[in-house]
Amino acid sequence: MISIDNKLYIKDIDTYIDPFFPVERAIITHGHADHARAGHKHVLCTPETSEIMKIRYGENCASSFQTIKYGHSVKIGKISVTLYPAGHILGSAQVLLETPKDRIVVTGDYKTILDRHLDPFEVVPCDLLITEATFGLPIFKFNKPEMEIERLLDNISKHRENTFLIGAYSLGKAQRIIWLLREAGFSDDIFVHGSMDKLCDFYQSKGIRLGTLRKATLDNKKDFKGKIIVAPPSALKDRWSRRFENITRCYASGWMQVKQRAKQSQIEIPLVISDHSDWNELTNTIKQTGAQKVWITHGREDALKYWCEKIGIQAEPLSLQHRDERNEL
Amino acid sequence: MKAFSNLLSDLILTSSRNRKLALLEQYFSSTPDPDRGYALAALTGSLNFKNIKASFFKDLIKEKQDEHLFDLSYDYVGDLAETISLLWDQEKSGNMPRLSYLFENLKKAKTDELKNYIINILNISTGDQRWAFIKLFTGGLRIGVSSRLVKQALANYGNVDLDEIEKIWHGLHFPYINLFLWLENKGSKPKISIYDIFHPMMLAHPLVMEKDLVTANPKDFVAEYKWDGIRVQIVSHGEGCRLYSRTGDEVSNSFPEIIKTIQGNFVLDGELLAGINNDPKTFNDLQQRLNKKAPSEKFIKKNPCFIKVYDVLFFNGDDLRDKTLIERKKVLNSYFSTNRSPMFLSETIDFKDWRFLDKIRDISNKQIHEGVMIKLVSSPYIAGRPRGKWFKWKRNPKNVDAIIMYAQRGHGKRSSFYSDYTFGVFNKEKELVPIGKAYSGFSDEELNKLDKFVRTKTINRFGPVREVEKTLVVEIAFDEMSLSNRHKSGIALRFPRFKRIRWDKPTNEVETLEQIRKSFLE
Repeated sequence: MISIDNKLYIKDIDTYIDPFFPVERAIITHGHADHARAGHKHVLCTPETSEIMKIRYGENCASSFQTIKYGHSVKIGKISVTLYPAGHILGSAQVLLETPKDRIVVTGDYKTILDRHLDPFEVVPCDLLITEATFGLPIFKFNKPEMEIERLLDNISKHRENTFLIGAYSLGKAQRIIWLLREAGFSDDIFVHGSMDKLCDFYQSKGIRLGTLRKATLDNKKDFKGKIIVAPPSALKDRWSRRFENITRCYASGWMQVKQRAKQSQIEIPLVISDHSDWNELTNTIKQTGAQKVWITHGREDALKYWCEKIGIQAEPLSLQHRDERNEL
Repeated sequence: MKAFSNLLSDLILTSSRNRKLALLEQYFSSTPDPDRGYALAALTGSLNFKNIKASFFKDLIKEKQDEHLFDLSYDYVGDLAETISLLWDQEKSGNMPRLSYLFENLKKAKTDELKNYIINILNISTGDQRWAFIKLFTGGLRIGVSSRLVKQALANYGNVDLDEIEKIWHGLHFPYINLFLWLENKGSKPKISIYDIFHPMMLAHPLVMEKDLVTANPKDFVAEYKWDGIRVQIVSHGEGCRLYSRTGDEVSNSFPEIIKTIQGNFVLDGELLAGINNDPKTFNDLQQRLNKKAPSEKFIKKNPCFIKVYDVLFFNGDDLRDKTLIERKKVLNSYFSTNRSPMFLSETIDFKDWRFLDKIRDISNKQIHEGVMIKLVSSPYIAGRPRGKWFKWKRNPKNVDAIIMYAQRGHGKRSSFYSDYTFGVFNKEKELVPIGKAYSGFSDEELNKLDKFVRTKTINRFGPVREVEKTLVVEIAFDEMSLSNRHKSGIALRFPRFKRIRWDKPTNEVETLEQIRKSFLE
C-alpha cells in the first residue's frame, strides 16, 4: 500500500504534493499560488508548470526541476509517478501514484469540459481519488462559456461609452477569457493589467493566439472607451481601477453563478466561466474513475461526501488549512 | 416574463441609484398594461397570491433533489428563489408567458392542476426566469430596490413630485391603470377619498446629541414620551373606523372594542398601548393582544387597550398635514377637551433645557416608555423620515457580557457570512444557557473577523447552525430585559445587538445568569 496522509505527504518516497511550506521533494500539479510555492528543493512537474513557476518566482525558485510530459512516468523508489492533463490551466496535471498493488490519483484543480486551448482532461482509473471540490454543490452547473462571452459582447455593443473591466486570475483565467473573445471574433485591442502581461506572452509562445494586447497604463487613458481591460480580481476594487471612467465591472468565475454573490462584490456583469469542475463534472469523474475511496480537498466537502456515501463510496474530507473560502473573491 | 426577469437581474446587479431608476423607467415605458402593473405590485411588495407560498416551492424541489443536498445548497446561497432556480434543470428551451397571462392562469387553475402547471412552466424557462418567478411568491424580492425607489422612478417617468405619488399611493388599485394614464398625461390624477386609505406616517430619526442638539433651541421643540406600544393611524368617518399599523397594514380586527367606540371624521396618529384609563402597561402585556387576530370578548376584558394620540392629519375634511405641529396640536387639544376614551391625548413634557430631558428619558416608570420624542413645532406632517424634524431619544441601552455559542449564516446580502449569533451566560449549575440572538452592531470588518472565528472554531454542526468553541466574549446592548418562561434562561432581551467584541476578555469573568437577573430585574 502507498502511504499518503492528509497533508498529501507520501511517506515511502518522502515527497509532498502541492505543499504550502518549503520541502525537500514536491510534486506540483499546477502553477497557481495556492499549489505552487517557491523554496522547495526538488520539484517534479510538467515542463509548462516549471516555466510558469520560474516566471512567477524567478529562475531559482527551486534547487532543481525534473519535468515530465503528460502521459510519461518516472519511477521514484517503488512508486511510479505519471502526470495526466487536468484541463485547468496550461501545464496543469493530475498525479497518478502507482504500484503493482494500488493506484492513487490526485486531481489537483481540474475541469472536464472541452477547452480547446488546453490538452483535454483524461479520466484516470484508480482505487483512491483525491479530488478537489471547489464547486461541490449541486447549484453549480456551468453553461457553455461561449454563451457568457456572447452576453458580454452584446453588452459592449450596447454601451460603447463604457469601459469593461473584467476581473480574472492573472494565470489561466485571464488568458482563457482573451482566447475565448478572439474565438468569438472580437478583434479590438485588449488591455491587460501589468501583472499578467508576462504570462500572456508565455501563453502566446505556446501557440495560444491572444491577438494584440496593450498595457492598461494611463498613457492610453483616452483609448479605453468601449474597450475591454482584463485585470486580476483584487484590482477591481483597488485604487488602480479608479483611473478609468464609466467602468462596468465584470468578473469571470464560477462563483458568479450566485447572483447574491455577484451583488455583494458589486459586479455588474457576472461571467460564469470556471476552470474548475461543476457538480456534474465532479460526480461523473468520481464514478468514471471507479474509485472505492474518495478524499475531498478544499471546497464544499459536505455535499460531495454525502453524495459519495449515498452511492456506497467511502469519502473523507481533507481540510487543507491554507485554502479557505476567502479565496473566493 | 422575459422582460420582468431581465429587469430584476439587471436591478440586482446595479449599484448606482440613477442606473436603477433608469432601468425602472425604461421598463415602465416599454411594457404594456396590465403587465407593468403586476411588476409594480411585485416591486412594491403588494402582489399577493394566497395559494402559493415559499413552502410550495420547497416541496417541489424536494421531489427532484435530495433533501440534504437542497439544505446544504440553500444554506450556501441564502436565497430560496435562487437556490431552487439553480437546482432546477431546464428540460426544453422556451420562455415563460407574460406576467399577466401567467397570473390569470394561476388564478383559474384548480388546486390539483396548479402544481403541474407550475412544474411545466419551470421546466421550459431559463434560470433567470425561474428565479424571478419564484421570487414573486417567497416574500420580499431582496434585490436592493425599495418601494420608495420604485415610486421615485414613477415620479420621474410622469414628471411629477414623489410626494404626490406617496399621498395617493394607498388609494391606488392594482393593476394601476389610472396611475399610468395620469403619469403619461392621458388621464387626470386618480381621485382618492382620504378616509378610504392609510396615509404614510411621519417618522423620527434617532437623536445624536452632539450633532442635533448643540445648535438647537429648546423653545423650537415640543417633547413627549416615546410610548412603548405600537404606532397606529386611526382613520374614522361616518361609516366607521379603521386602525392601521406603521406599515399600512390594517389591524382593526384585533381591536374590535376600540374601533366600535371611536366616532368622528378624522385621521389621527398615536400609540396603541395595553391598559385602561390612560394608564399604560408594558409592551409585554400588549404582546398578548397582538398575537390574537380575532380576540374573544372575555379575552378583551382581561387585556384592555387604549390609544395615546399625538398628531392629526385630517380633521372634519380639512387636510392639516401642511399646518405646523403647533396648529395641529391646537386641534387635538380642543378635541380632547372632552373625554374621548379609549383615546387620550398624549401629554407633552415641559422642559427648559436638554439636560432636563436627558434625565427624564432615563427614568423608567415600569418600562412603559422607552425615552422621549422631540418634535420641531414649526414642522408640517411629512410622510417618510424627513431630516431635522422629529427625533427619538431613547433611554440609554443596558449592557451585558455574554459568550458566543452558535452562529448561522445571514440571508441576502450577508449570505456568505456567519452573521447571526446566539450568545449565553453561565447559570448556577455552571451550564452555559442562551440568553439571546443578535445580528447587528458590528462593522463589516468585525463581521469578517467574527466569520473567521466561526469557521475556524466550529465544534459541531446542526444543519445550518454551527456550534463554536465557547471562548469569545461580546458586550451586548439591549433595551429591556423581561422574565420569560419560553426560554431556558428565564429571561428575554429586547432588541439585543453587539456593542463591542471582547477578543481579550476571559469567559470566567462574564457575570452569571443570577447576577444579571439581580441587577436588571430586581
